[in-house]
Amino acid sequence: MIETKGLRKSYRSRKGTVDAVRGVDLYVEAGEIYGFLGPNGAGKTTMLRMLATLIRPDGGEAVIAGADLLRAPGEVRRRIGYVAQGGSTLDDSIAREELVRQSRFYGVSKAESVRRTAAAMEAFQLTEFAHRPCKTYSGGQRRRVDIALGVIHRPTVVFLDEPTTGLDPQSRAHMWDEIRRLRDEGMTIFVTTHYLDEADALCDRISIMDHGTLVAEGTPAELKREIAGDVITLGVNGATAQAAKLLDGAAYVSSIEQTAGGLRLYVDAGGTAIPQIMRALDGAGLTLGTIELHRPSLDDVFLEKTGRSLRES
Amino acid sequence: MKFLRDTWLVFQGQIMNLLRQPVWIIVGLFQPVMFLLLFAPLLKPALSAGGAVSDADVYRTFVPGLLVMLAIFGGLFQGFGLIAELRAGVIERSRVTPVSRNALLLGRSLQDVVSLLVQAVIITVLALPFGLRVQLVDLLLAYLMLGLIALMTSALSYGVALLLKSEDALAPVMNTLSQPLLLLSGILLPLTFAPLWLQRVADWNPFSWAVDGTRALFAGDPGAPEVWQGLVITLVLAVISTVWAARMFARSIR
Repeated sequence: MIETKGLRKSYRSRKGTVDAVRGVDLYVEAGEIYGFLGPNGAGKTTMLRMLATLIRPDGGEAVIAGADLLRAPGEVRRRIGYVAQGGSTLDDSIAREELVRQSRFYGVSKAESVRRTAAAMEAFQLTEFAHRPCKTYSGGQRRRVDIALGVIHRPTVVFLDEPTTGLDPQSRAHMWDEIRRLRDEGMTIFVTTHYLDEADALCDRISIMDHGTLVAEGTPAELKREIAGDVITLGVNGATAQAAKLLDGAAYVSSIEQTAGGLRLYVDAGGTAIPQIMRALDGAGLTLGTIELHRPSLDDVFLEKTGRSLRES
Repeated sequence: MKFLRDTWLVFQGQIMNLLRQPVWIIVGLFQPVMFLLLFAPLLKPALSAGGAVSDADVYRTFVPGLLVMLAIFGGLFQGFGLIAELRAGVIERSRVTPVSRNALLLGRSLQDVVSLLVQAVIITVLALPFGLRVQLVDLLLAYLMLGLIALMTSALSYGVALLLKSEDALAPVMNTLSQPLLLLSGILLPLTFAPLWLQRVADWNPFSWAVDGTRALFAGDPGAPEVWQGLVITLVLAVISTVWAARMFARSIR
C-alpha cells in the first residue's frame, strides 16, 4: 500500500547540508497499522511530510495507494488522508462547517458532503458539540475533529502524526479504538508515535528511524525477540561506573548500558545471571540497591537500535 | 470549473470566519471614520488655496484618498490572519487535499475585496451628510479601482506572510512598506501642494495614480486620463501580485 525505494531529502542550512532522510526503503501492507518511531531529529517528520505530498523528495521513488508520489502527487492526495500533529482548526471554526468544506475540497457534492459529515460526527462522537467553536472542545474532542477531517473523503491510506501526544490516558485509549476502527473500515494506517507502549499495543508492524535511515523493522514481537534473552536493571547506589567495569566482559552478560538510575544488562538467562551478579558485586564490596528482571520491551529494542531511550530523546 | 468551485469554497469559508468576528469590519473602519470626522474639517482652509470653497469640494477631494488608504491598509495587513491559519495547521490541511492552489489564494483575497467594499460603502454613506455628491456610475468605477487595490495589497500581504511565516517579521515589513506609500500618494493632501521633487518621486508610487484617478471620478470626470491610467496600473499590479502569491501557495509539490 506504501512502498518507497531510496527515498531521500536534504536541507541546506547555514551550517551546510543536512541529510534528513538518506535513502529509505519501506513497505506497508494493505490494512496494516504501521508504527513509525524514532528520536527527535531522526528524520521522521521529513519522511512523513514527503509521503503526504507536503515536501518534494530529492530522490528515490514511492508509490502510495497505487499512485506515484513524484509523478502524480495530485493523485496521491486524492487517495490519502493526513492528520498533522499540531492540529488543523482555528479556535473559532465550527467543526461541522469545516468537515463539509473539507469533503467538498475533494470534489464531493454538497449534499453528499453534508451526509458524510453527519456520519463522521456520529462515528467520532462529535454530534453533541460539532456546531460550537473548536476552542470550546476538550483536547481529545479536538483531536477527534482533526482525525475526522483527515478521513472525511474515505482515503485508502491515512497518515497520523503523533495522534495521541498530549492526551490523557483515557482519551489515548479512546483514540486507539478510533484508529483500530478506521483500519477495520479498510484503511491502511501509517502512524508516528512517541509512546512505545502505544506502538506495542496498537501497531501490527513498526519501524525505527535514526539518523535518516531505518534501523529496525518488524512486528513488535519479532523485534523484541531479536534482543535475545532477558533484561536486568540494577541500582547500585552511586557506584554505577565501578559496577559497569566489574560486570563488563563477564561471560553471562551479553551487553551492558548505563542508564540514568543505574545499569541495564542484557543477559541470555536471567534466572542464573542474577545470583552470579549478586556474588560478583558482593565480592567487590559494592552494595546492590535494587535488582529487577524483565522481558525485553520495545524500549529495550529502541535503546539498542538507536543508543538512546525514547524518553530521553 | 474546479478552480471556480474551489475559489468559491475558500471564499465562503473566509466569509464565515469574518461573519463570526464582524467586529473586525468595525475595527478596520475606526481609523478612516476618525479621519473623516476629526481631520477632514481641517482641510477646508488648507484646500481653499487650491480653489476648493464648499464642504462638498473638500469631501470630494478627501474621501477618495481616504478610501484608497483603507484599501491599501486593509489589504496589507491581511497576512496576519494567514499566519494564524498557518500556525493552526489549516493551510497544511488544505495543501494535502487536491484543492486548487490558486483558489487558496484567490478565495482569500476576494473575501478581502468584499469586506473592503463593504467598508467603502459605509464610509461613502457617512460622508453624504457632509455634502459629498457623486454619480453612481463614477462611484462604481471608483469601487472597481478600490477592489483592484485591495486584491493587489492583500495578495502581496499573503505572499509575504507565506515567505516570513511570523507576525513579528511581517509587522515591520508592512509598516515600512505602507508609510512611504501612504505619504507619497497624496492621500491626506493633494500632491499639487508638493514641491516638484516630491511630485516626481510620487510619480513612481502606483497608489498616487490610483488616488488621482479616484479623485477624478468623485469630481464627476470619468473621461479624465487619470481614470484609465489609474485603472490600468492597479489592474496590472493586481494581476502580478496575485500570480506571485498564488505561486507561493503552490510552492509545495504541484
